[in-house]
Amino acid sequence: MSKFGGSRNNKEVPGISSGSLSDIVFMLLFFFMVTTQMRESENKVVIKLPEASQSVKLERKDLASYINIGTPTRQYQAQYGTDARIQLNDSFKTTDDIRDFIAAERESMSEGDRNFMTTVIRADEDVRMGIITDVKQELRRCSALRIMYQARKAAE
Amino acid sequence: MAKKKTPAINSSSTADIAFLLLCYFLMTTTMGSQTGLSRLLPPMPDPNQKVEDQQVNRRNIIVVRVNAANNVLAGSEPIAVSQLKDKVKEFLTNPYNDPNLPEKTPTDIEGFGTYNVSKGVISLQNDRGTSYYQYIAVQNEIVKAIDELRDEFSYNNYGKPFIRLTEDQQSIVKKAVPQNISEAEPKDVSKK
Repeated sequence: MSKFGGSRNNKEVPGISSGSLSDIVFMLLFFFMVTTQMRESENKVVIKLPEASQSVKLERKDLASYINIGTPTRQYQAQYGTDARIQLNDSFKTTDDIRDFIAAERESMSEGDRNFMTTVIRADEDVRMGIITDVKQELRRCSALRIMYQARKAAE
Repeated sequence: MAKKKTPAINSSSTADIAFLLLCYFLMTTTMGSQTGLSRLLPPMPDPNQKVEDQQVNRRNIIVVRVNAANNVLAGSEPIAVSQLKDKVKEFLTNPYNDPNLPEKTPTDIEGFGTYNVSKGVISLQNDRGTSYYQYIAVQNEIVKAIDELRDEFSYNNYGKPFIRLTEDQQSIVKKAVPQNISEAEPKDVSKK
């Protein structure tokens, strides 16, 4: 009777094939694998980056080493106080430890890349410049001269 | 001989496995690229070497000071951060050849020709009590001034903004409008 009557008699709804579901999820997985990078270390200091409209992208992420400066998170405040502290890798350090840290970072890079090593200073916007000046002086002493003040890209 | 059919492998769980992997990556990775302001620190002076007075002409240097109360001083007058950009631009371009503003030297730039490159240096000094936020804001304004000058130069000579030039052209522009920011030795600014 009807032109489309082929399936009229068939009351059963065909099941949705879930074979392609895994493909979709894999595609999502690859997207995230490509666009994200591994978290280097757990943050033990609170960092709210300052804004800077002229910030540029970090060129080589693999050649960057990070110095975190900020107030310790709540769980560490009993031990370390609320004054701004330096965090290198996974522990609280002082400016004297920067020398060893930089030396270790340098050692882990290939010879040709050492000149391009960038030290990224990740500091909270409420930190006083005193500690940052100390860090900068220490970096100059270790001749790690390429630095970057990490900042959030802000709208004009 | 009757052909035996191989039983199909049930593939419905691959989606679950992929989801698990996906969740793992979502938890352990961070999104977004890192951005910031790049700087090159001056090398540490040799302790055996006598401290020579750097022969920088007075007119070629602008001192930007940020004190502990986050007030900005450019040259000798207090200034708002929002006005710093124009001040730096005026300092670097010296449009009317003011004898108090930096001199320009005709420099031969490879691939371009001679251009009057400004000898101006911006010296940034801060106090130990300056907040990092203000410091970055001031740095940002200075970089913005230089970026705008580079853009102007690019428009005048290539008709394109700096960012869209080829690498060779960019290095020419960088030579014509150098980024001379000196982050001076730490000093106690508040005493002045």
